[in-house]
Amino acid sequence: MRRIVLWAMSTLTVVVLLLGYRTSLSGPLATAGAPSPYSASAPAVAAPSDTGTGGQARTARSGSGSGGAATSVTGSAVSTRYGPVQVQLTLDQGTITGAQVLQYPSGDPRSAQISSHALPTLVQETVDQQSAPVDMVSGATYTSMGYEQSLQSALDQAGL
Amino acid sequence: MSAGAADRPVWRAVAHVMGMPVSVALRGRHAGSPVGAEAWREAVASLESVDRDYSPYRADSWVSRVDRGEATLEEGPAGLREVVALGEQAREDSDGAFAVWRSDGDGRRRFDPSGVVKGWAAQRASLLLTWLPDTDVCLSVGGDLVCRTADATTPWRIGIEHPLDPARVVARVPVLRGGVATSGLSHRGDHVVDARTGRVPVGLASVTVLADDVLTADIDATAALALGAAGPAWLRRRGRTAVVVRSDGSAEVLAA
Repeated sequence: MRRIVLWAMSTLTVVVLLLGYRTSLSGPLATAGAPSPYSASAPAVAAPSDTGTGGQARTARSGSGSGGAATSVTGSAVSTRYGPVQVQLTLDQGTITGAQVLQYPSGDPRSAQISSHALPTLVQETVDQQSAPVDMVSGATYTSMGYEQSLQSALDQAGL
Repeated sequence: MSAGAADRPVWRAVAHVMGMPVSVALRGRHAGSPVGAEAWREAVASLESVDRDYSPYRADSWVSRVDRGEATLEEGPAGLREVVALGEQAREDSDGAFAVWRSDGDGRRRFDPSGVVKGWAAQRASLLLTWLPDTDVCLSVGGDLVCRTADATTPWRIGIEHPLDPARVVARVPVLRGGVATSGLSHRGDHVVDARTGRVPVGLASVTVLADDVLTADIDATAALALGAAGPAWLRRRGRTAVVVRSDGSAEVLAA
């Protein structure tokens, strides 16, 4: 039982993380044109069901009372190893239609999601000759279908 | 930039998931800590589960089953419909150049949401890392990056690979927070087609986009590449910061 509770908590944690991120996403995407699917809260809630809906569904049902009109349910604050997490769900006839995160593990999630970068500067140098080190490289080399197919077929042939 | 902060030890790890290398760099409190290592394992596990459900190279994935008409979107996990909705949004935004449903050479309708899945998966996985307290995170999923710094003072120094010569960087950019994604017609083979024509777009060798999140960056980079010569103007209209490298090797910075 304890194991189940812990598992449910970890599921909730993932739900919260996804919600926190996508909620803040709705801004920039929405301004780009038509409403983004990410601004809808239902898919964001549903997303973690890949990994199991048990804990999440239990949370929803325990407080909803499954009434006809929209109701909101506030979950109890859950202590994670990263800090407290608290979620409020909106339900309409037993379906989760919205969610709000009342408490985040650390700091203000919105400020944490604002993109912050300088302008790229063009350079002409090899990796060896670099005037300054780089921490990570963004590139398309490893994403091409040719590479993936080749690697996959090699793995298949090797029986891995 | 605070002196010395960039000299803090960087903890790195690499895994191979979804047919590509996935790497992480951590700085700060959880660089090398058991909590940091566990968060990395969770991020890798998250990507592995995406691979099981969404790989077009796995016959038993949901994507393959939907492609063969053996399963409907409704039967799959919720994430599948989320990915399709994102692809649909990108199709509208790019006037059809980007699409998860395409006709193949034989006129058969093929389902391949890979153009969305990568950024979507990277974003999901990054969430398992980016809230490590007092810890800077840079996650690369096959060259698409999620960057975060805890105190927003010492940026990650990001190099942008030259699409025609992987030994070169074509640009560099300091990133405190945000997503960086590159789509390219790399030397290893073409993987982007204009969904309207089924042809490989001409004019651009690679497009790198910086955005708030890696998902947006990835979708816009892929859509711009598919648009070919029209890609840079499209990115400008969307107010994106980007680096575009043309087929002749010339590069340009688009400023938001």
